[in-house]
Amino acid sequence: MFHWLEQRPFFFAVMLFLTVAFAGFIEIIPDFAKASQPVVGKKPSTILQLAGRQVYIKDSCNACHSQLIRPFKAETDRYGMYSLSGEYAYDRPFLWGSKRTGPDLHRVGNYRTTEWHENHMMDPAAVVPGSIMPKYPHMFTNLADIATAYANASTQKAVFGTPYDQKGMPKLGTWKEAKAQALADAKKIASEMKNQQVKDMVAAGKVPEIVALIAYLNSLK
Amino acid sequence: MQSNAQLEYDYSVVKLFTFATILFGIIGMTIGVIIAFQLAFPELSNLAGEYGTFSRLRPLHTNGVAFGFTLSGIFATWYYVGQRTLKMSLKESKFLMRVAKLHFWLYFITILLAVVTLISGYTTSKEYAELEWPLDLLVVVWWVLWGVAMFGMIGMRRERAIYVSIWYYMSSFLAIAMLYIFNNMEVPTIFWSGDAPSSIMHSISMYSGTNDALVQWWYGHNAVAFVFTTPIIGIIYYFLPKESGQPVFSYKLSVLAFWGLMFVYLWAGGHHLLYSTVPDWMQTMGSAMSVVLILPSWGSAINMLLTMKGEWQQLQTSPLIKFMILASTFYMLSTIEGPIQAIKSVNAIAHFTDWIPGHVHDGTLGWVGFMIIAGLYHMAPRMYKREIYSKKLMDTQFWLQTTGIVLYFTSMWIAGITQGMMWRAYDDYGSLLYSFIDTVEVLHPYYTLRGIGGLFYLTGFFMFAFNMYKTATSGRVLDKEPANASPMA
Repeated sequence: MFHWLEQRPFFFAVMLFLTVAFAGFIEIIPDFAKASQPVVGKKPSTILQLAGRQVYIKDSCNACHSQLIRPFKAETDRYGMYSLSGEYAYDRPFLWGSKRTGPDLHRVGNYRTTEWHENHMMDPAAVVPGSIMPKYPHMFTNLADIATAYANASTQKAVFGTPYDQKGMPKLGTWKEAKAQALADAKKIASEMKNQQVKDMVAAGKVPEIVALIAYLNSLK
Repeated sequence: MQSNAQLEYDYSVVKLFTFATILFGIIGMTIGVIIAFQLAFPELSNLAGEYGTFSRLRPLHTNGVAFGFTLSGIFATWYYVGQRTLKMSLKESKFLMRVAKLHFWLYFITILLAVVTLISGYTTSKEYAELEWPLDLLVVVWWVLWGVAMFGMIGMRRERAIYVSIWYYMSSFLAIAMLYIFNNMEVPTIFWSGDAPSSIMHSISMYSGTNDALVQWWYGHNAVAFVFTTPIIGIIYYFLPKESGQPVFSYKLSVLAFWGLMFVYLWAGGHHLLYSTVPDWMQTMGSAMSVVLILPSWGSAINMLLTMKGEWQQLQTSPLIKFMILASTFYMLSTIEGPIQAIKSVNAIAHFTDWIPGHVHDGTLGWVGFMIIAGLYHMAPRMYKREIYSKKLMDTQFWLQTTGIVLYFTSMWIAGITQGMMWRAYDDYGSLLYSFIDTVEVLHPYYTLRGIGGLFYLTGFFMFAFNMYKTATSGRVLDKEPANASPMA
């Protein structure tokens, strides 16, 4: 049979494809409907938080930080309650990471503050002596992309039915409304910060990346 | 092999891809060495503002070596091995020649664009699938072009049965096509932006949360399979018998190992998600199938080692044979190491630690890197019609790179297990013994050693580039094509 196949490349390719694809279909198809149900009380991110999540992705924070607490005592003692599938229901893409060069961040909002992040992102080793994390001063001057965060949320709502604009859920509205809301949220974060340049930028209606990133990190609970 | 004399093969596309292999190898590996030293000496992370941080450069390194260096090497050897084992020449078809050239140029442009977009921060964040949607579309185009060239060449063949190497190249083409498309299903957000001035480059994944993770590692693990494993097996199945003049040890073993690998490999993706929120049965299947994977992997490796039966003295005389045999040995090492890490209790310690990059690199540096280097060395005298410039340089390169790999994986083994054990250590009162930063500081010597190992390997790669350049430009001209052992000065 193998000799026969090897002389007929077309059938060979078909057999090959079926052999390879088989496992994938069995593994992926049955779970798809179930796994994406959100846990009770889970809300999608606000525009400002989404913009912060985009900053997290842009600078590949996930290259060194996981967002997945495994069900071991050593992990729940260190990071908090182990992660549940439903907590990730609105995450597109997922950000579990595969390497902990730095600590897990899935519940970092429970034990770090705006002020801590502000100091840490500017100079990690000043806050945690011995830290090998790079400094991110550019986040204090680069502007967060609120418009793309709005497009991100609208796409989630329109294509995937993520419950924005529903009772008790974050409001999306028009771009103008969303922009105003994001700026109001940014002002709250900036009021807890001490960097004057950041405060001035937010007062002038601009949102630096650091403000959005902190909004996102604070939402990880 | 008699008809070889009449058939004149065309190496123009092979030469282009050979050039790309060396170029992207230098770029990807240099970035690798830089980011390795950044972990040992973090000040190095802040020399180029936002464009020089570890986090921006890391995707550039992985994409550069996987889709720059390795894929170029695969394409270069494909257009060489394909023509020869199918007994056809690209000269015979204007159409296929055009397809192959277009394949190269679109590929080359995509990788250059990948460098620019990744360093600017355009990334989907999914590992080894970081490229944003416009680039993904380009990838699909040249991947299809490769398929057209492949099946076109197979259609024109004079040899009735297709050789083992071709099976493996074919598997790579088919599997990556499927995996890449499904994992990169993404929705560009610009279409729902209303009047917001949003970025055209941005997209979000079709899948969310746990499902996204599942699809990602179904892809991620098998990108390893069908970029770093199967085509490289295809390469060794052609070049080792050719260079040594020995027939492949066993046809039956080739068949068994091939179909076994094809059937088992995709199951193993689940071992990246042990103790995550993916269903238990999938984790267990991933774990079990990873152990089963030892059989077909070692099947190929043993088949290659036994091909040298009775001819082991060639290891003394030819550094090229040394590259291939050590590559095969590293393949055995990493395919026993992987299954060990996939056992749940071991994974509990190993996951998230530096043992994982350690494992990846004994495979990529030792197996993938060495086989591509060996393949290109073997091709050089045939396509440039010149003797290899320096045997001594090749030998020095071999030992330098081997030392580099050993430094790399031993330091990462120690680093990974140390870190994994420290994370879970408790004192007598039931409190965690170490804060996270303790487990970072302890790694400094190992990160330094790893950087040095990488530097050795990179230096060896520059020697390779120099040797290839000199071969092409000033090696002694050959009057006829060498049959087996590649001539070297």
